[in-house]
Amino acid sequence: MAPTEIHGDVRTEEFLLNMGPQHPSTHGVLRVVVRTDGELVLEAIPHVGYLHRCFEKCSENSTMKAVVPYTDRMDYLAAMCNNITYSLAAEKLLGWEKLIPRKTTIVRTLLFELQRIASHLMSVGTYGLDVGAITPFLHCFRERERLLEIFEEISGQRLNYSYVYPGGFQYPWPDAINKKIKAFLVYFEDRIKEYNELLSYNGIFVERTSGIGVLPPDMAADYGCTGPMLRGSGVARDLRWDQPYLVYDELKKEGVFQVRYYGDRMPNPADQMVKWELGVKGDCWSRYMVRAGELEQSRRMCLACLAKLEKLTDADKEAGAVSVIKEADKQYLAPKGQEAYFKCENPRGELAYYLVGDGKANAYRVKARAPSFNNLQVLTEISRGAMVADLVAIIGSIDIVLGEVDR
Amino acid sequence: MQFKEVAAILKEKHGDAIVSQDETRRDPFVVVKPASIVAVARTLRDDPRLRYDHLSLVSAVDYPKEKPPTIEVVYHVDSLSLNHPFVFKVRLPRESPKVPTLLNVWRTSDWHERESWDLMGVEFEGHPNLTRILCAEDWVGHPLRKDYKWPVEYHGVPCGPFAKEGVNIPPDWEQEGFTTRKE
Amino acid sequence: MISLLAEDARPDRGTGILELVQLLVKPETYDKWAPVLVPAASLAIILLFLLPVVATVFPMFAIWLERKVSAHMQSRLGPMEVGYHGWLQTIADGVKLLAKEDIIPGGADKALFVIGPVITLAGVFVMLAVLPLGPHLIPADLNVGLFFLAAVGSIEVLGILMSGWASNNKWSLFGTIRLATQLVSYEVPLGVSFVTVTALAGSLSMQEIVREQHGWIWNWFVFRNPLMPLVFIIFYIASLAENKRAPFDLPEAESELVAGFHTEYSGMRFSIFFLAEYVAMYVVSAIGACIFLGGWHTGIGPLDHFLQGSRGGWGGEAVSLKVALLANVIGVSVVFAKAWFLIFVQMWLRWTLPRIRLDQVMDLCLKFLLPASVVFFVASVAWEVVPWEQLCRSLPLAERLPRAIVFAFYSSLVGLWFKWFWSTFQVPLQRSVQEKPWVTSGAFTT
Repeated sequence: MAPTEIHGDVRTEEFLLNMGPQHPSTHGVLRVVVRTDGELVLEAIPHVGYLHRCFEKCSENSTMKAVVPYTDRMDYLAAMCNNITYSLAAEKLLGWEKLIPRKTTIVRTLLFELQRIASHLMSVGTYGLDVGAITPFLHCFRERERLLEIFEEISGQRLNYSYVYPGGFQYPWPDAINKKIKAFLVYFEDRIKEYNELLSYNGIFVERTSGIGVLPPDMAADYGCTGPMLRGSGVARDLRWDQPYLVYDELKKEGVFQVRYYGDRMPNPADQMVKWELGVKGDCWSRYMVRAGELEQSRRMCLACLAKLEKLTDADKEAGAVSVIKEADKQYLAPKGQEAYFKCENPRGELAYYLVGDGKANAYRVKARAPSFNNLQVLTEISRGAMVADLVAIIGSIDIVLGEVDR
Repeated sequence: MQFKEVAAILKEKHGDAIVSQDETRRDPFVVVKPASIVAVARTLRDDPRLRYDHLSLVSAVDYPKEKPPTIEVVYHVDSLSLNHPFVFKVRLPRESPKVPTLLNVWRTSDWHERESWDLMGVEFEGHPNLTRILCAEDWVGHPLRKDYKWPVEYHGVPCGPFAKEGVNIPPDWEQEGFTTRKE
Repeated sequence: MISLLAEDARPDRGTGILELVQLLVKPETYDKWAPVLVPAASLAIILLFLLPVVATVFPMFAIWLERKVSAHMQSRLGPMEVGYHGWLQTIADGVKLLAKEDIIPGGADKALFVIGPVITLAGVFVMLAVLPLGPHLIPADLNVGLFFLAAVGSIEVLGILMSGWASNNKWSLFGTIRLATQLVSYEVPLGVSFVTVTALAGSLSMQEIVREQHGWIWNWFVFRNPLMPLVFIIFYIASLAENKRAPFDLPEAESELVAGFHTEYSGMRFSIFFLAEYVAMYVVSAIGACIFLGGWHTGIGPLDHFLQGSRGGWGGEAVSLKVALLANVIGVSVVFAKAWFLIFVQMWLRWTLPRIRLDQVMDLCLKFLLPASVVFFVASVAWEVVPWEQLCRSLPLAERLPRAIVFAFYSSLVGLWFKWFWSTFQVPLQRSVQEKPWVTSGAFTT
C-alpha cells in the first residue's frame, strides 16, 4: 500500500484512514484522508464538497431579497451574521447605506454580537466534546437555548432566521425583547466563569490542546486564515476593530470594544503583525481561548448596544420601527455594471460577499468568501506529525461549518 | 493608503502591466494583464508601502455578452497591518481562460483557484492540483458559466431544477440563459 | 464446586457457603448430604442470586443511574417517560436491542466476531465468583482470590481483541490496539497495588483480606498507613483504565474512533459489550471496596465485631441462623453501598473530565503510576515492620495512635476539599435560581 519504514527492528506500514464524511467529529460532512503511522498522522488531506448546494448559482437565479434565506444556510450556526453581512453588501451595491436608520444599525450590531455568543457557545461546547468532555457541551447548549429563544421571539425561527434583509428587517424589532436580552446577558456573566472552570483551565484539557496544531502567524496569513484562527496565532486582526462597520467604531471609541485576546495585553494598532509572547502560540488552546474570551467581549458589546437603544430619541425609534424593505422594493434593482465587496468579522473569521449588478432584480454574480473554507485549507499543514486524537482536536479548533465550506 | 496611491505605485513599478483602472465603482479596481499578474501580486505583497499579505477572495465572473466574450477573475486583497483593501482583475478570453496561478504568492489561492476552475472553468497555469473541489470529480461542465446546461441526470439521479419526472426543459432555456426567475 | 476445592486447600476454616449450609440443616443431615448439598447451595446462590441480580438488574440500574447522574450534572432530566423517572427505560432499550437485526459485516471473521463479546462478558462475570458479599456470602472463597481476579481480568482483553480484529474495520482496529496497549500497561500498577494489600493482609483470599480489616474505620487498609490512601488512588486510576472509563475511554472514544472496538456491533451483540462494561464497573468497585474499604465491615467497632463473630461465634458461642442472616444482610448492604459509591465516583469523573491522549495514558502509567506504586509498596511494607505498638505504648490511644493520625489527616483533607467544592457551586446556583432570566413567556409574543 505504501512505502514501509523501519524504526529500530520493527517494520511499520502506513495506514490509510478515511475519516468522514460520516464521522462524529468532523463537524458535518468533511472527509479527511489520513495517512497514519500507527497513531501518528503523516498527512491529512481534507476533501470538501459533500454539502455543495449551488449557493452561487441559486443566488444568480433569485432576486437579491430572495437570496437572504440561502445565506442562512451558509453558516447555519451564525445565520444572523450571514444575513447582516449579505444585507450590508447588498446595501452597498444598491447605495442604500445612508437610508438605513440608526436604530436598525444598532440592532444589527446587537444581533451580530448575540449571534457571535451563540456561535461561540456551540464552538466552545463541541470543542469540549471533541476532546471527550461531554458536560461542558450541554452546559453551553443550556445557554445557547436561551439565546435561541430570544431569536425565536425576534424572528420566529430558531436557526435560520432570515431576519435581516437589505434595507431593514423582515419584521419590526420587538422592543420588549430588550429587557429579556439584558437579563440573559447578566445571567450569562457567571456562566462564562463556569465554562472556564470546567473546561478552559482543566488540566487534562490544557494538556490535550496546548502545543497541538501550532499555526505560526506568517503561515496563518499566507493561508488566508481569519478570525479566531488568526488571532489565536497572535496576529491582531479583527475587522470590527480594523475596518469598523455598523456601530463598532463607536463601541471602540467608548472603550467597550476592547481587543483583548486572553491576556491583558492590548494590541498596538500602529504595529504590524503583533507576535504575542504571552503564550499565544497559535495552538489549539489559544484558538479555543480566543473564542472563550470573545464570549465576554461580545457580552459587553451587547450590553452597550442595549444602552444605545435606550438612549435613542423617539424620532429615531419610529424610523427604526418600520422596515424599509417595502418602500424600497421598487428600487430593488442592482445597478448595472456596479459591484460591491463587503466583509464582516463573522464568528469564524472574515465573511464577505461579492455582488455584481446587472440592472435587474437579480445580482449578476454572487460570490461568498467563507471563512471556514479558507481556514480549513491549513489543516494539512498543522496536523502533520500529530496523533489521531490530536487531529480531531485540530479540526475542532478550526471550528468549521461545512454548510459554509461547501456552500 | 487610498486606491489612487496604490494604483500609482503599481503603475510606477509595472507600467505596461496595468491595462486600465476604474474608480467609479464602489470598490475601485485595476485591470492587470494576465501574463504579468504574478509580478504585480508579488509587488503588492512585498512592497513595504503596500504589504498586501492577505488574499481575501478569488472570484470569476462570466460575461458572455460582452465583445469579445470575457471571463473576469477578480482578486480582493487586504493588508493585515495597513488596512487598505484593494481589488485587481484580469480579463480573459472566454473560450480559453488561462491565467498564471498565484499559489506561490498567497497560499490562500489554492482552494479558491480550484473552485474557480470547478465552477467557472478558469485554468490556472502552474497550479499543481487543479481538480474539482465542490462538484463531483466526474461532473461535466462548469456550472457558473452563464450558458451552462443542466445535466438531465447524474449517475441515474435526475437533477437540475426540473428533475421531477415528466417536466421538460422549457424551450426558451438557452435563449434566456436561465439567469432570471420571474417573481 | 470451586468452594469444595478451596475447602480442601484450607481445611481449618470452611467457606461461607459451607457454614451457611451447616446452619440451615441438622448436623446429621449435613454429614450425610454434605457432598451434594454444598455444591448445590453454591450453584443455587450463583443461579438464583448472582446471575439474575448482577447480570440483569444490576446493569439495568447502573445504566439508568449513569443516565440520571449525567443528566443532572448537565442540567437535564434524563429519561423521564418510561416508568417513574424513567426507571424502566433500560428495559425498553433492552427490548429494542433484542429486536434489532443481527448484523455481521461481510468482511468480518464470523467466528471470532460472534465469540468476542461472549468471551468479554464471561471474563467479567467470572470475576464475580470471588467477590465477598457478606460474612458468609461468597460464591467461591479461593485462597488465591486476588490473584485470580488479576488473572481473569485479562480475559476481557482477549475477547475485545478478538472482536476488534474480526470486525475488519480500521476504527475497530485502532480501538483494539489502544485497548491492548492501555490494559496491558495498567495491569502492572494494578497488580502492584494488589500485592501491597496482600502484604498487609498476609493472604490472597478475599474473605481473609476483608476479615483483616475488622474493627474501627482506621483498620481499613486505605487508612492502614500513610501510604495506603495513595496506593488506593493508584488502584482507582488503574481500575478506571482497566475499565475503559473516562478519562481513559480511548478504546471507544466516540469523537475519535466512531465507537472504537464495537463500531461494527449492533443489537444484542453490542448490548453484551455494554453489559460487560457495566458489570466490570461493579467488579472493580467491589474489589476496591473489599480490599481497601473494609468490604462488608461497617467501620464501627462493635458492629464489626458482631459481623466478624457471626462466622465463627463469639468465644465458642453457637451462632443462630437469624444472627447469621442478619449479619449477611448487613454485610451485603455495606458492600453494595461502598461499591455504589465508587461507581458513582466513576460516573462523576466520566462526566467531568476530558479524554486523555494515548501517549499521555502511557506516560501516566509508565512514568508515574508504576514507579509510584512500587515505591509505595516498599514504603508501606517498611511501615508495617516498624514496631509502632512498642513505640506508642505510653502515648494516648496506644498502638492505635498512628492509624488514628493517618485517618484524621486524610479525612480532614477530604473534608476540606468537600467544603471548598460545596462553596464553589453554591453561590452561582442560588443566583441562577433567583433570577431565572430565561423564563420567557413563549415564542411569538410580540
